[in-house]
Amino acid sequence: MINMYEVSETNKMIEHENLDVRTITLGISLLDCIDSDLDELNRKIYEKITTVAKDLVSTGQDIEKEFGIPIVNKRISITPISLIGAAACKTPEDFVSIARTLDRAALQVGVNFIGGYSALVSKGMTASDENLIRSIPQALAETERICSSVNVGSTKTGINMDAVRLCGEIVKETAEATKERDSLGCAKLVIFCNAPDDNPFMAGAFLGVTEADAVINVGVSGPGVVKKALEKVRGKGFEELCETIKKTAFKVTRVGQLVAGEASARMGIPFGIVDLSLAPTPAVGDSVAEILEEIGLERVGAPGTTAALAMLNDQVKKGGVMASSYVGGLSGAFIPVSEDQGMIDAVHAGSLTLEKLEAMTCVCSVGLDMIAIPGKTSASTISGIIADEMAIGMVNQKTTAVRLIPVIGKDVGDMAEFGGLLGYAPIMPVNEFGCDAFISRKGRIPAPIHSFKN
Amino acid sequence: MKKCIVTVLGKDTVGIIAKVCTYLAENEINILDISQTIVQGYFNMMMIVDVTHLKKDFTDVCDEMDELGKEIGVNIRCQREEIFEKMHRL
Repeated sequence: MINMYEVSETNKMIEHENLDVRTITLGISLLDCIDSDLDELNRKIYEKITTVAKDLVSTGQDIEKEFGIPIVNKRISITPISLIGAAACKTPEDFVSIARTLDRAALQVGVNFIGGYSALVSKGMTASDENLIRSIPQALAETERICSSVNVGSTKTGINMDAVRLCGEIVKETAEATKERDSLGCAKLVIFCNAPDDNPFMAGAFLGVTEADAVINVGVSGPGVVKKALEKVRGKGFEELCETIKKTAFKVTRVGQLVAGEASARMGIPFGIVDLSLAPTPAVGDSVAEILEEIGLERVGAPGTTAALAMLNDQVKKGGVMASSYVGGLSGAFIPVSEDQGMIDAVHAGSLTLEKLEAMTCVCSVGLDMIAIPGKTSASTISGIIADEMAIGMVNQKTTAVRLIPVIGKDVGDMAEFGGLLGYAPIMPVNEFGCDAFISRKGRIPAPIHSFKN
Repeated sequence: MKKCIVTVLGKDTVGIIAKVCTYLAENEINILDISQTIVQGYFNMMMIVDVTHLKKDFTDVCDEMDELGKEIGVNIRCQREEIFEKMHRL
């Protein structure tokens, strides 16, 4: 039988160490909404989302209360809209009308974000894909709850450099379109390589076409719990360090698996995956950077950071996989700068640079995430940063992503304020040498040799 | 059997167990196990209870126990057993 020690350990994790379930994300396929009439398409989309997701928030709240575990976000991911709108949308403005519909549907069911205003263009772009991408700045400026993503490369297909070039411009335009709010629109736009179909975390969530009609995916969290556990093994060897991370990751993931199973049973919707990522928030004690510092770095960004992060990421996976029947999504350690107090402090202290962050993304999920850069940064430089990150993903057969925020009107030394879970960030310097001639080349970078596995 | 864990934490005072047990009895919740300690004047109790014959929604019990805790001046949590079971048992 459960003993007092175990009960108090669990409750201490919840009350003092920020253990929570970060998100229950309901994936909804919109493939059966496709229509060549735009009004009809919008009507069907609204109806399907508000029907399938009507109990999502209340179910989440019930589970929260019964188990005493906070479930921070209830969200929805949908089939990439470039596919759904292809028959009806002839212009970027047509796509914006779908964005407004999605925003209304999200408001109606009470979710804070809906992800899947997306296009998958890793090898080539259809006219519909291009229209959707071009509509992103307006769509993000006119809506509150829409998250957008573009997959521009994969290990199997290489990198679509035409899409990379376009995305650099789109990031810049989105920043301009939302400049009154510190270019907040860019915080909801992710450029991916090897994007997973079942990711429950925003802003990059969408429901891939290989998925069922509706599916429950859950993202856990718990950097604070890992940090606290590691405080007890200060000065000990790597074996003990790794054991501690694994055990903690197991416990955290078990909670996610439990919540996922409950939500699935109550809503009558199949369970998809648990994403066992360590996802930080701006709250003190809920930071991945603090874990790395507890492992032994004076500041995150110091030499040793990449190795420590590689080890952390691997141990989290090893502990987590046994705790859940299906692990998926991104699963690893997130390093979003603006959402992690330890990262913000490291940037302030001059320890963490864009280049070090890039190295760190080679060994963890996901990528250059929530990084504020000067508003004057050119579109081609942004495309260059995207291309670098995509190359890391392509060659290492992993998901990588870029979520950069060129904050219009601000420069190095200023702060950008995004609010809530998105946090705040000091503007980081970007290498000022250009890459225009590289980015202006047409076509795509071929798939790497090790992708030919047949 | 549907089991739940009730935890009570707070400054020790007269009648904590009595009030909690009265509430449980009124709601047909059977107590299976109690462990309790007092450390430096702080009352710490864990109960394993059976809520199979509960007549109302379990979420209401969580709310009412929370209220009761506020009346007594302690922190009462009522949670389904599975969260502990899953986390600590293979």
